[in-house]
Amino acid sequence: MNAATPREEALDIVIAGGGMVGMTLGCGLADAGFRVALIDALPAAARTATRHDGRSSAIAEGSKRVLEGLGLWAAMAPEACPILDIRVSDARIGEPASSLFLHYDHRELAQDGEAAPPLGYIVENRVIREALVAAVQARPSLRHLAPASVTGFAAKPGRAEVELADGSRLAARLAIAADGRDSPLRTASGIRLAAWDYPQTGIVCTIAHELPHENVAHEHFLPSGPFAVLPMTDDAEGRHRSSIVWTERRERTAAILALEDAAFSAEMQRRFGMSLGRIALLGGRWAHPLRLQHAERYSCPRLALVGDAAHAIHPIAGQGLNLGLRDVAALAEALVDAKRLGLDIGEGEPLLCYERWRRVDNLLLMAATDLLNRLFSNDFAPVRLVRDLGLAAVNRAVPLKRTLMRHAMGLSGDMPRLARGEKL
Amino acid sequence: MTESPSTDPAAAPRDGPALDSASVDPSEIAKFQALADGWWDPNGKMRPLHRLNPVRLAYIRDRVAAHFGRDPKADRPLAGLRLLDIGCGGGLLSEPMARLGAIVVGVDAAERSIAIARHHAGISGLEIDYRATTAEALAEAGERFDIVLNTEVIEHVADPETFLGTTLELLNPGGAMVLSTINRTAKAFALAIVGAEYVLGWLPRGTHDWRRFLRPSEIATILRKRGARFSDLVGVSYNPIADQWRIGRDLDVNYMAFIPAPARHG
Repeated sequence: MNAATPREEALDIVIAGGGMVGMTLGCGLADAGFRVALIDALPAAARTATRHDGRSSAIAEGSKRVLEGLGLWAAMAPEACPILDIRVSDARIGEPASSLFLHYDHRELAQDGEAAPPLGYIVENRVIREALVAAVQARPSLRHLAPASVTGFAAKPGRAEVELADGSRLAARLAIAADGRDSPLRTASGIRLAAWDYPQTGIVCTIAHELPHENVAHEHFLPSGPFAVLPMTDDAEGRHRSSIVWTERRERTAAILALEDAAFSAEMQRRFGMSLGRIALLGGRWAHPLRLQHAERYSCPRLALVGDAAHAIHPIAGQGLNLGLRDVAALAEALVDAKRLGLDIGEGEPLLCYERWRRVDNLLLMAATDLLNRLFSNDFAPVRLVRDLGLAAVNRAVPLKRTLMRHAMGLSGDMPRLARGEKL
Repeated sequence: MTESPSTDPAAAPRDGPALDSASVDPSEIAKFQALADGWWDPNGKMRPLHRLNPVRLAYIRDRVAAHFGRDPKADRPLAGLRLLDIGCGGGLLSEPMARLGAIVVGVDAAERSIAIARHHAGISGLEIDYRATTAEALAEAGERFDIVLNTEVIEHVADPETFLGTTLELLNPGGAMVLSTINRTAKAFALAIVGAEYVLGWLPRGTHDWRRFLRPSEIATILRKRGARFSDLVGVSYNPIADQWRIGRDLDVNYMAFIPAPARHG
């Protein structure tokens, strides 16, 4: 006789999406004792290929603590470049940056003789993905189904059913959509989206430069959009590196991407000057159309949305992944607490608790980044004057600056246990 | 662990919980599904109970774990403990208790509640022994439990003193009871009857008879006669603005108590 089939489904949670948010959540939930399957549309090897994603991510201090709490940070730490200063300036192409600028110095956050933490870290997405893929593969309790794509979702009594492209179905107590801004699982669930395209594209690349960056991140507000120079660790050959996020009007993007490397570098140099010495392009260039979007709900029975599946924001403040990691920390906490109370994790209180918790924080940041972009992607003289005076005023108001810094670092508000540096 | 879905037998369609069993009449299933949906819809008519549930569950889990020397954060902190849920209704407490590892018997005098509870346990994939019976019948049959949940029942019984005595008899030596009910105060009258039944419409009118509410001191007196006592007594209050329940010191409306089994003589 066969062994009796277990009465409970073999899975507690099925996560769609093998990106940075999905993998982090998968590891966290598996470690918390849930039986988890992670479905990724791409094979693991494609996720870590250099040409897959040339971006780097800003990991705020709060996000670093989340990764640390889940035991995932150590593998990324050697290649994480701390940001000690952020200099924000108003600029025009070919002109020196406005002398009125905002300077965030991590030392302003020092408290009671304790050394201040860095404002955040710049880590290549490739490095984050490699660490996460290794972590996923090292967890036997986490089933990794890749490549596999989600084609359908149904909330049945007591369980979620997720249909895959090969016609097979997975049943679990809860499905989680971590499959990005065009989330197939969200679409299948019928949860609607409010979305606006920015008339901008984010051009992303890595540069080598002659002079060290001294762990300073620069954000130059140009009329076409913000131009960020973010400090990276030196490469294996000891070259100083920075990650560039160049927001450009969409109609100009194609012409810029078509430039020869030397001309492309010269265009970049016109935008941020010679402060890093001579520069050279390292590797490829990527272009990402920018969009603002927000799901009308973060949950429905048997489904929760996290990360870009729930919200996508302008990269102006480097907060996209950080919001996703805060979602991860909040959802993992809500689910672990529900499990410890014996509650069904797939409906009711646990999901409502997560949604109440994250929606306000995300909306606030979406509004702030949208406003920043509108305010700064603008060459109208009175607007320039007012914002320059505003930057200078914020720069002198230390308590306000400290509040803004703590918020951007993910160290404000009702923080999940992981973001406070506690265990799940 | 990476697998390709095509070679993964677990990725194949799975049989649902025992919904398709040939012995069950489909029209009955539909009826119970509708009723169970009513009990179990977190935004339905039982919403107040769903909001209250995490607070009650945390209290029960923490007190029981402390009493039996278990870690409340363990995977199944109540593993192996035999638990009785008196007046279990649709199983809002019984199911979580079963997930926390307890061996659960749920009783309710209402046949319909038991049918709903059984149906829902099937959906949840939980083994729970639901019976349409009473605490008195169990005591007479000599059943004994490590934990007795006596929640929101005593204010509905005709003779609370006898009822409480019976439920104490159901405890194994070294066991414990969790009791929750409503106080007989003007505030309880205002909130639990006027507020919950008439203003908010949470409960059908006539659900509660204020004269049957018991003060903690009255319960303590009954317990003392039987050699038992409260080892813990807390208030459970509702904040309508935050729409949140919490445990506190205000005993004026709802309260919960932990009662270790009395030492038996002879």
